[in-house]
Amino acid sequence: MLRVLLSRLFQAVLVMLAVTAVAFVIFRYVGDPVRSMSREDSTVEERAELRAVLGIDDPVLVQYGRFVTRAITGELGISYRNQRPVVGLIAERLPATLELVLVATILSLGVGIPLGIHCALRPEGWLARLIQSLTLIGVSTPTFVTGIVLILVFAVTLKWLPSFGRGEVVQLGWWSTGFLTASGWRSLVLPAVTLSLFQLTLIMRLVRSEMLDVLSSDYIRYARARGLPAGHIHYKLALRNALMPVITVTGLQIGSLIAFAIVTETVFQWPGMGLLFIQAVSFVDLPVMSAYLLFVGLIFVTINMAVDIVYALVDPRLRSA
Amino acid sequence: MITGRRAAVFSGWPVSAMAGLGIVVALVLAALLAPLISPGNPLDLASFNLADSEIPPRWVQGGDPRFLLGTDNQGRDMLSAILYGLRVSLLIGLGAVLAAATIGICLGLAAGYIGGRVDAAIMRFGDVILSFPTILLALLVAGLARALIPDSADPRLATLILIAAIAVHDWVQYARTVRAATMVESARDYVKAARVIGFSQPRIMFRHILPNVMSPVLVIATIHLAGAVLTEATLSFLGVGMPPTYPSLGTLIRIGNEFVFSGVWWIALFPALTLVILVLAVNLLGDFLRDRFNPKLRARQ
Repeated sequence: MLRVLLSRLFQAVLVMLAVTAVAFVIFRYVGDPVRSMSREDSTVEERAELRAVLGIDDPVLVQYGRFVTRAITGELGISYRNQRPVVGLIAERLPATLELVLVATILSLGVGIPLGIHCALRPEGWLARLIQSLTLIGVSTPTFVTGIVLILVFAVTLKWLPSFGRGEVVQLGWWSTGFLTASGWRSLVLPAVTLSLFQLTLIMRLVRSEMLDVLSSDYIRYARARGLPAGHIHYKLALRNALMPVITVTGLQIGSLIAFAIVTETVFQWPGMGLLFIQAVSFVDLPVMSAYLLFVGLIFVTINMAVDIVYALVDPRLRSA
Repeated sequence: MITGRRAAVFSGWPVSAMAGLGIVVALVLAALLAPLISPGNPLDLASFNLADSEIPPRWVQGGDPRFLLGTDNQGRDMLSAILYGLRVSLLIGLGAVLAAATIGICLGLAAGYIGGRVDAAIMRFGDVILSFPTILLALLVAGLARALIPDSADPRLATLILIAAIAVHDWVQYARTVRAATMVESARDYVKAARVIGFSQPRIMFRHILPNVMSPVLVIATIHLAGAVLTEATLSFLGVGMPPTYPSLGTLIRIGNEFVFSGVWWIALFPALTLVILVLAVNLLGDFLRDRFNPKLRARQ
């Protein structure tokens, strides 16, 4: 058990080191921070002063060491574009993205699991066939196209829902939430549906194939032979076992959803981390790019490690592996 | 005789796979022949007129018989823009698949045949890459290239950057598959015999093992083509892809997105429809090929 834990931890540290190295290279070597931060007509002295402040003339390893230490203490530099600390910018945008991802995940589970169960129980029915065909179309439609079509229908033509922004938000400490106002919820509908569609098809397919596997296993056959009611067999016995991998995949997918949120946030001008990142990319705002990479990398590594460890705890067979 | 052979090749193909293949072939032909069949040249700035901008499709009120699918904000004929955009999208998609497959095959062969530290290094590196989603990595590469290379808006350079940005992530799956197959093949007698004869390592890897591990690679390539086209479209939509002067389908949708709110829907919708049909067709074909030639892949996904 301890060995599993340590090897996972080692791997996680390795990945984080790779990520920090890339983030450092972006931060320091891509482009010229001095030129991006100073005015066009700045004097040589002003630039030299800025170089000294940024510590650009120190040896590389010293700079990398300083970068990592600062990153750990949450100091990730100042945005070229906004002239504000990057950490503050990310903290400001974090609630928007997390609320969007949370609602999208709930949506995709709430719709995907029942659809998957239906397709597994009646694989030959017309509804199952329809759902399967729609899934294929769903997989082939890029997120931004879904978003544009939803905007076109529900915002431009029907005028039911807003097409951009978060609506009114309520400040709870440093966390700004859109969950407490009607306009916040209305603004959330279209982006959340858009973001959830991709994951929804994934979950639906997964539940379907897991259920089909479980339903053809011996213990379900015995339960049928014993004459247990179908509802009990399907929902108490089969579904429970089929849901285990669904939980894992949902956990692992949260990281991807945060990344995919970049696209959704761009379409709906949702003021989250993704929009911050894409703006940073188009303005070559390197501190923001590198901080976003670090942050998302940390989320990914943490989630992956947590899932592995939980698995080792839950499933005794994996402990010795 | 030819019909007889064709019947044998396609026998047992479901309608969906046939339709997929048909649509893919039609779209590829349309893209290849774009300069011949398209009504205008969207790349020639002098050929279109700003006075013609935002004309709706022909069948809508206010449409102009010269422009079947209407015009964009610069007066560019949408049909021509889509045909040329399809060309760009397919070129980048195929380029990315080719690049990823080449890198993946070489590294996979090396990892599987040489083993040991080489294997561990390549595979750990692949693990790190796979722990990030394609789109994030691609955005990062494309974004950095734009920062580093001054004239990255040059269409040829932008094409190469996009191909690299997509291939950076996608090679890993080829490498994994080729590695596993290579390990199996390495233990076979013909490889042992080749080694005894004293053939060089590259010769054994590329001349003897490679042909025997190619079939799963072709299946993955078809499935990845759909993904690569989507990734390119997404990058271009986000503004880090092809420039508006040399648009891909994604760029066209990006341009159209700015006009959706004013009710000008055709600039975004027709390229989007083309993109979805293309990806859907490739997916239909890919799913079928996967089930037919490599059922193992299906179980893993």
